[in-house]
Amino acid sequence: MKISAFFYTLKQGCKNIMRNKMFSIASIATMAACIFMFGIFYSVVINFQNVVQNVESGVAVTAFIDGDLTDEQIDQLQQEIENNPVAKISKCDFVTAEEAWQDVVDNYFDGDEEMAEGFEEALAESEHFDIYMEDVSTQSELVSYLEGLDGIREVNQSEMAANVLTDANRLIGYVSIAIIAILVCVAVFLISNTVNTGISVRKEEIAIMKLIGATDFFVRGPFIVEGILIGLIGSVIPLAVLYSLYEKIIGYVGDKFHFLDNMLTFVPVNSIFKILLPVGLILGVGIGYIGSRVTLHRHLNV
Amino acid sequence: MITLEHVSKEYVEGVPALNDVSLNIEAGEFVFIVGDSGSGKSTMIKLLLKELEPTSGKLIINKKELAKVNHRNIPYYRRNIGCVFQDFRLLKDRNVYENVAFAQRVISASNRSIKLNVPKILSLVGLAAKYRSKPSELSGGEQQRVAIARALVNEPKILLADEPTGNLDGHNAWEIMKLLEEINERGTTVLVVTHNMDIVNAMKKRVITLKKGVVVSDEQMGGEEE
Repeated sequence: MKISAFFYTLKQGCKNIMRNKMFSIASIATMAACIFMFGIFYSVVINFQNVVQNVESGVAVTAFIDGDLTDEQIDQLQQEIENNPVAKISKCDFVTAEEAWQDVVDNYFDGDEEMAEGFEEALAESEHFDIYMEDVSTQSELVSYLEGLDGIREVNQSEMAANVLTDANRLIGYVSIAIIAILVCVAVFLISNTVNTGISVRKEEIAIMKLIGATDFFVRGPFIVEGILIGLIGSVIPLAVLYSLYEKIIGYVGDKFHFLDNMLTFVPVNSIFKILLPVGLILGVGIGYIGSRVTLHRHLNV
Repeated sequence: MITLEHVSKEYVEGVPALNDVSLNIEAGEFVFIVGDSGSGKSTMIKLLLKELEPTSGKLIINKKELAKVNHRNIPYYRRNIGCVFQDFRLLKDRNVYENVAFAQRVISASNRSIKLNVPKILSLVGLAAKYRSKPSELSGGEQQRVAIARALVNEPKILLADEPTGNLDGHNAWEIMKLLEEINERGTTVLVVTHNMDIVNAMKKRVITLKKGVVVSDEQMGGEEE
């Protein structure tokens, strides 16, 4: 493609936007609303996932070991657990009987050993591994694996916690896909409508172009540029608004609701935008491109 | 240059718009196609522009069989044919210069050649001074001149004119026909579809007469007897 033709196409695409000013503004506004909603939804989902992940990282399987194992056997067992083939392990801590007892005294008797007297026997031979998984949905496989290992006496797990978290993650995934699909469809429909109007306004011009030997690309180019530009503008505006809003909201919630500090850790705006910015722009431009292509395919036999 | 071999076109099965038409037009000829409404004149122009496909028969333009020109190559084929219509088909929101330059942009001509060719062709059609005017500011004859300039700026070998004087008064119609004759004298093959028998009779060119889709006469130096 020659440079002059490229700039001509670009210029005509911009002119198309100005010619159908009201439709273009409506499309940009709706596209912006869609991307804005997508951005809000994405931020909420990422923060929710962050909370779930924080909870997940606290879910552990406790594997009690036989009391007669040597230190060497314990080390070997730990290595076997860490390198198991069924679940990725984020942390595997060995806890001696003394440490387990101290933990009970600290947590349940406020550090008062006298009060805890008498319970010590119940915790004899309580050496165990606290095993944390990267993905709690692999918990049941890990438990089966641990139960089959020599030297493991008993395995305790919190099946309900793992199931709830796995289900929550799955639900978030499904809802995300559904909402994104709806937003994309709405936006494609709107861009398609704008380009459609552009085509009907310029039907005569297109007919002339075809008669004097314009290629398909020459005819389609300005409409594609129009769609892409609408998509681009319609995504840049909401992304910029979201960026400044997100920081303000985090600051506001942090200031006003201190009691949420332990439960809620917000993902920093830069981490969110590392994904949201390129995805938002690609979505906007992609929807613009697809919307105009679909319409051109339907209405222009060039 | 233009050959039709047993060409028929039916829009509705059994009702031919063109019926077994065969003719040959040599390079550099000036030919009138005449006939009543519904005689098949416009269908012939559409077939030559490959806007329509014939139901049967063969069209050969510039030694190229049209049936073999695929969809992708139609634009390149059309660049060798200039066309002018009764309703001018100018872009109303652009001035004279831009309307003519538009044809050059369509073929991806460089800005440099546009700046060179457009004024030259506007001088040829006598509109160099009005290059900034919008079509609405021009007379019918002037608008048709712009359309002719646009058709010629890419230097096509063939110029098809479908009722080019249909919307013009007698004086302007003559001016346009003189311009077409001048273009023909420069080597372009010109095919004019018209109703205007005064002009046809006066110009003494080849005349092909169509009636109900059939060629009923083909005369060199044709025209009705006075």
